[in-house]
Amino acid sequence: MGGNSPCASCKLLRRRCTKDCIFAPYFPSDDPHKFAIVHKIFGASNVSKMLQELPVHQRADAVGSLVYEATARMRDPVYGCVGAISYLQNQVSQLQMQLAVAQTEILCIQMQQEPPLAEQKMEADDKSFVINNNLTAMPQLLNYASSSNVAQDPLKREFLWT
Amino acid sequence: MSNPTRCAACRYLRRRCCEDCALAPYFPSANPHRFACVHRIFGASNVARMLQQIPVEQRRQAADAIAMEAYWRVQDPVYGSVGVISMLQREISVAQCELAETQAQITMYASQAQSQPNQIAAAQCLVEDVHLVPSQPSQPPFPGLYQRDDIPQETLQRHF
Repeated sequence: MGGNSPCASCKLLRRRCTKDCIFAPYFPSDDPHKFAIVHKIFGASNVSKMLQELPVHQRADAVGSLVYEATARMRDPVYGCVGAISYLQNQVSQLQMQLAVAQTEILCIQMQQEPPLAEQKMEADDKSFVINNNLTAMPQLLNYASSSNVAQDPLKREFLWT
Repeated sequence: MSNPTRCAACRYLRRRCCEDCALAPYFPSANPHRFACVHRIFGASNVARMLQQIPVEQRRQAADAIAMEAYWRVQDPVYGSVGVISMLQREISVAQCELAETQAQITMYASQAQSQPNQIAAAQCLVEDVHLVPSQPSQPPFPGLYQRDDIPQETLQRHF
C-alpha cells in the first residue's frame, strides 16, 4: 500500500499489506482489537474466504456481524450469541402467552356484554351450552399459557444438531 | 488405537479417529453436515481449541451452540446469528405493542361495564395513545445490533 500503514490484520499477521488487501477496508490499523478477536474465533483465512464470497457492498455488514459474534463468544465461551437468542426467545414466548391471556379476557368481556336482545332469543339450554363450552376452553388455554414447553432449551429445538 | 467408526470430524478431515479424539463426542458420524458447517465457518483447529478451554461438563452445550452459529452463518453469510437476534427483537417489539393495545382495550371494556363516562374517555385515549407512541424495544443483551429487513423467513421457520 505504498507509504500507507498496514491494516490491523496485516499487522497482526505480520505480512505486507497490499493495495488489494481484502481486510484493509474493514480492519483499520487504529483498531487492532477488532481483528484480533475475529481472528481468534474464526481465523483469518476463514474470514477472508467468507468475505470473498460476498458482494463488496455487503462485506462491511458481514464484518460487523462477525465482530459481534466473536465478541459474544469471548464473553460467553459456552453459548456465545446463542445465549442472547435463548433469552430473546423466552421473552417472545412470555409475551405471546400474556397476549393470549389478554385476548381471552377480551373475548370473555365481549361475551358478557352481549346485547340483551340476543340473550332473550336464546333458550336456556342453548345458553348453558355456550357458557359451558367457554368455561371448558378457558382451562385449556391457561394450561397452554402455563406450560413451559415453549421455553425449553432452544438448543434442543434444532433437530439437525442433536 | 484408532476408533473403528470415525467421527464426522475425522471422516471429513480424512484422518484416523483416535480414542481420545477431542471432537468425536460432539460430532458423531451420523451427522456429517453439522461438522461441515462448523469447519467451514470456524475451522477444526479453532473449534478443538475452544472446546479444550471449556470445562468438560459444558463442552456439549458449547459444541451445540457453535454448530448452531455455524449453521446460521451458512444460511445467512452476511448476518448469521445476528440476523436471528434482530428478528427476535422486532418480534418482541410487535408483541409488546399488541399486548399494550389489548390491555388498553380491556381497560376500556371494563370502564364500559362500570358505565363511568370519565373512565371511558380516559380508556379511549389510552387506546389511541398506543397507536401514536411506538413502544420501546427491549434492550438487547449486547449493544449495537443490526437492523435488517430482508431476513430469510426459512431461517426462522426452521428454528422457531
